[in-house]
Amino acid sequence: MYHSTICSFMFSANVFQPRMLVLRLSNTLKNQNVRIGHCTKVPRNVNLEKLQHGYLFPEIERHELMHLRMYPNANVIDLGIGDTTQPLPTVVTSSMVDFVRGLSTATGYRGYGPEQGEKALRKAIVVAFYKDLGIKPSEVFVSDGAQCDISRLQLLMGPNLKTAVQDPSFPAYIDSSVIIGQAGKFVDETGKYKNIEYMTCGPQSDFFPDLPSIPRTQLIFFNSPNNPTGHAATRKQLEQLVDFARVNGSIIVFDSAYSAYITDDSPKSIYEIPGAKEVAIEVSSFSKFAGFTGVRLGWTVVPEELLYSNGFPVVHDYNRIMCTCFNGASNIVQAGGLACLSPEGLKAVRSIVDYYMENARILVDALTSLGLTVYGGKNAPYVWVHFPGSKSWNVFAEILEKTHIITVPGSGFGPGGEEYIRISAFGLRDSIIEASQRLKYLLYHQEN
Amino acid sequence: MSITQNFTTPISSSSSAFLAPSSFNSRGGHVSLPVKSLGICKCVATPQEAETAYKTRVIRNPNMGKLQAGYLFPEIARRRNAHLLKYPDAKVISLGIGDTTEPIPEVITDAMSKRSYALSTIEGYSGYGAEQGEKPLRRAIASTFYNELGIEEDDIFVSDGAKCDISRLQIVFGSDVKMAVQDPSYPAYVDSSVIMGQTGFYQKDVQKFANIEYMRCTPENGFFPDLSSISRPDIIFFCSPNNPTGAAATRKQLTQLVQFAKDNGSIVIHDSAYAMYISGDNPRSIFEIPGAKEVAIETSSFSKYAGFTGVRLGWTVIPKQLLFSDGFPVAKDFNRIVCTCFNGASNISQAGGLACLSPEGLKAMRDVVGFYKENTNIIVETFDSLGFKVYGGKDAPYVWVHFPGRSSWDVFSEILEKTHVVTTPGSGFGPGGEGFVRVSAFGHRENILEACRRFKQLYK
Repeated sequence: MYHSTICSFMFSANVFQPRMLVLRLSNTLKNQNVRIGHCTKVPRNVNLEKLQHGYLFPEIERHELMHLRMYPNANVIDLGIGDTTQPLPTVVTSSMVDFVRGLSTATGYRGYGPEQGEKALRKAIVVAFYKDLGIKPSEVFVSDGAQCDISRLQLLMGPNLKTAVQDPSFPAYIDSSVIIGQAGKFVDETGKYKNIEYMTCGPQSDFFPDLPSIPRTQLIFFNSPNNPTGHAATRKQLEQLVDFARVNGSIIVFDSAYSAYITDDSPKSIYEIPGAKEVAIEVSSFSKFAGFTGVRLGWTVVPEELLYSNGFPVVHDYNRIMCTCFNGASNIVQAGGLACLSPEGLKAVRSIVDYYMENARILVDALTSLGLTVYGGKNAPYVWVHFPGSKSWNVFAEILEKTHIITVPGSGFGPGGEEYIRISAFGLRDSIIEASQRLKYLLYHQEN
Repeated sequence: MSITQNFTTPISSSSSAFLAPSSFNSRGGHVSLPVKSLGICKCVATPQEAETAYKTRVIRNPNMGKLQAGYLFPEIARRRNAHLLKYPDAKVISLGIGDTTEPIPEVITDAMSKRSYALSTIEGYSGYGAEQGEKPLRRAIASTFYNELGIEEDDIFVSDGAKCDISRLQIVFGSDVKMAVQDPSYPAYVDSSVIMGQTGFYQKDVQKFANIEYMRCTPENGFFPDLSSISRPDIIFFCSPNNPTGAAATRKQLTQLVQFAKDNGSIVIHDSAYAMYISGDNPRSIFEIPGAKEVAIETSSFSKYAGFTGVRLGWTVIPKQLLFSDGFPVAKDFNRIVCTCFNGASNISQAGGLACLSPEGLKAMRDVVGFYKENTNIIVETFDSLGFKVYGGKDAPYVWVHFPGRSSWDVFSEILEKTHVVTTPGSGFGPGGEGFVRVSAFGHRENILEACRRFKQLYK
């Protein structure tokens, strides 16, 4: 049962200390779990030691579990981890069922598929997303998801280079950079890892980095529409980015996992920008586009024109990684992906995307009506809410404690996320409406 | 003009035609394929339009540069495709890449159909799953394979396959560790070690990468390395039953291995992907050996048991007792990698895995394994009858045939050219594989019989 309590306003200028201690459950504290017994002589990977705490989203889950233990009857609404909730369209699942049934027959059985993905699917991805952009099916690598591809790209690039990320951004870019050995130690004062360039993206600069002030790095991770801010870069901004990469000889890894959520005319692919094929890799996913978060399907585009400094094509090495460190996405899932990209499939997943965007609109309206400064929600299923002067983990804790709503504290996405909360728009309409009401009630009552 | 060939034949499920040079020849940088294949296909970029093509200033990862050629099995596929182009009417039989061929039993596909369908319902839809795998599946794996071995459900990490897990384990260990591998062995161990930066350069004269300990496994030493002769590695990859030799280590041998690891503070990564093929009572899991939990990781797969080569499902066991030198549990770091570099195996595949481990599913898997074992017997008998020294085939779906004094790529080519049967040259698995050819026993019965007829014809 949700009880309303009136207590001090969390986002006053005074830093509010909630009675519930926000436990940053760390699973990497040295010696926290030392066991008695035989120790091997294998040294722990120093790169993993550098990681400050667990990956962000399992940490959020852990808080949720703790909360549920304290309030077993609470009707918790999860607007935290961006997990899709709407069922898959039947046109998609029936094609997977057909494929599965075929696996039990002599003619329909399939063993190993090409590691790069089924030809038909690679072709369909090009037609659906890269039409007239000069991308070939041979440049498309089907995978089990963008998060996995990001690490494979890091494995490809190796430890001896420097990465730039937006601040705030999806934590896998930074974490994978640390894991592969590109980053230095974490500095508590700044909240940043050494040797990673954090490109501040805040409202003051229209959520686009001040590129002239950014030193040259070899890799630039750029996510648009952005998780968590929801900002979709404009054509002009992306032209600047491509130009910047060209001038510096850098490689952009462009994450377009949310491009289906764009409602204005912001570019959906980096390859809409002339010259991008020579400087950019694009990673994308069926997760948020088609509800495949558990089914697992994504892809990465590596254009043939993308060359290392010695002229060697990046695509060649990426293919080697895919053949050696991976063995293809599940064939069943690829059949589902192909169905998503049929005319009927596209229509069906489109309506699910619209459903989530209507959720976003409801959340944006609710929060804006309370006088909060709200970003995002127009080109992405994330709402980025500003609580000036606050600590985002404290805001997260208070919202959870008082409204039983899970969100994500902005600082989990980088120091540039401090003072912000990310609210995801995935959820059943009723839950979204209920959540909006609880937030309104809490915040309204704080005001009065 | 570059030596390019247009590989436009339909790609079989086991081929990887991407490296076909034709995809590059219109751009700056292309791949040239040597016409006379001497076993190593070197893929080198020779920028044609080097002067005009834009190059980034990102230096190519030198570790990738150390790799000598494409991964072994796509190379086999390429040879097969080239052969098909040459002999378009030939009935090529693939006993090369170990790709399963028999349909998946219905008890298993029914579960996957059910799960697929459920995803389109409100009650049945699920989004992100636990990265470590769904609890019921982890539980079933623990109770099916590790019953009474002290391995618990939360020691099990479900994945999209052993090959992927091998690379994730490499990411856990990082670049500052030294590997030992059996020689010959499954190429992913060496290749992933190179990619991770653990090795030095390839030494052509010995056909080995520097800083990897290659533990020779031959008929003479019963396919078990002489552990007293190797210098301490951090990590030991040990595949049993072995791909490609088919040898299954005895309890005594595995006890030696565990002891060696204990004495040296090393970690054994035991690849048990073929354990269900064991005929006798050799151990199916490293954890049958006392003390193994403190020194070993085990990785396995549904690929060769359930025909899941395309469906993608496997698992890795990391006991809580396995600690780094500073006492930190290895499982915690693997968990971090699984949460950050991976996002869980497909929920549909996991539903299939769970069905595999039901009583009916287990029986169905044993039947399929039995079928491939019968194939193996037929191949063993064939080569036996032709007077060859034949190894393996008893505990694994691979037959390891000795061709003394001959180059394995030459034998591979000869067999392919003269019988249209694809095999795998032993040297693709390491210098210790030279002089051998691996014949895999996956195939429809009639193809196996036909292939054996052709072998008899060639070598009578």
